[in-house]
Amino acid sequence: MGPRLKLFLPLFLFAALALLLFRGLSLDPRELPSALIDRPLPAFSLPELASGELLGVDAVAGEVSLLNVWATWCVSCRVEHPYLQTLADSGVRIVGLNYKDEDAAALRWLQELGNPYQFNIADRKGSLAIDLGVYGAPETYLLDADGVIRYRHVGVVDERVWQTVLQPLYSELRAAGAAP
Amino acid sequence: MRVFGGALLFCLTLWSLQALAVIETYEFSDPALEERYHELSAELRCPKCQNQNIADSNAPISKDLRRMLYEQLESGASDEEILEHMVARYGEFVRYRPRFAGATAILWLTPFILLLAGAAILALTLRSRGSRSDNAALSDAERTQIDQLLSKKEGSD
Repeated sequence: MGPRLKLFLPLFLFAALALLLFRGLSLDPRELPSALIDRPLPAFSLPELASGELLGVDAVAGEVSLLNVWATWCVSCRVEHPYLQTLADSGVRIVGLNYKDEDAAALRWLQELGNPYQFNIADRKGSLAIDLGVYGAPETYLLDADGVIRYRHVGVVDERVWQTVLQPLYSELRAAGAAP
Repeated sequence: MRVFGGALLFCLTLWSLQALAVIETYEFSDPALEERYHELSAELRCPKCQNQNIADSNAPISKDLRRMLYEQLESGASDEEILEHMVARYGEFVRYRPRFAGATAILWLTPFILLLAGAAILALTLRSRGSRSDNAALSDAERTQIDQLLSKKEGSD
């Protein structure tokens, strides 16, 4: 390396560091990859919110679905709710996981705001949520027809998230399921 | 009045809110288990409130994880099994000392790489400085030349 070029070394180092840190600015450290991607939904036996009927993995699997973790104490879930309703109306199968909630409050919520869920798993102690690696509501898991977790979204699902992230994966899984 | 206000302020600084934070306690069947509980809960990271371990965090998820930790300790699980159990759910992120693997290699190796790079730069710098001081030694011919030049300059003043 020529002595002239050597003088620019600090500048190059600075540029590299600036680039690295700039990239860091646009990353969200709260967005953790799920440890359960491409793993089947953990086994569980929990009651349905309204009927009390015991549910297991079989109830959820069978069709490409969204598994939405929600609770009445979760403010963002209220924000998310109308869009879930829109998705449900357009034919997306959504299963609810009512997370550490009171049944009465949850039922009232569904009555007042509408029910986008095919059914709700009442996880009062959060045991299934821990097995799923949930660390806050709302979270939404995309499951394929075999009940395998394909994607996890942490935070509110809105038009933008659906269009850019979930919908492409969802359509792909639907197409893969229909093909054979 | 001012003195009173100052005294009140001083007293308030002594009153720490942190001390009021309540974290649940568990009854352990064996003091050894309790010790392991403290060690493990200090080493597990709260997934919700990053940069806090589950021992210090008041987040509901930390409370759940502490309960899970307690139950597993009481049921006789080893440290390795418990960490495995947590990592299976929350990923390597949940450990403050992640395992050495492909994704965490850069995390473990960077300090050593930087240390080696620093040592290399130091060695190179010292060597070039050493060789420069060799150059600085003047030959007799150069010395007389300098003396001549200097005396010429003095003469011209």
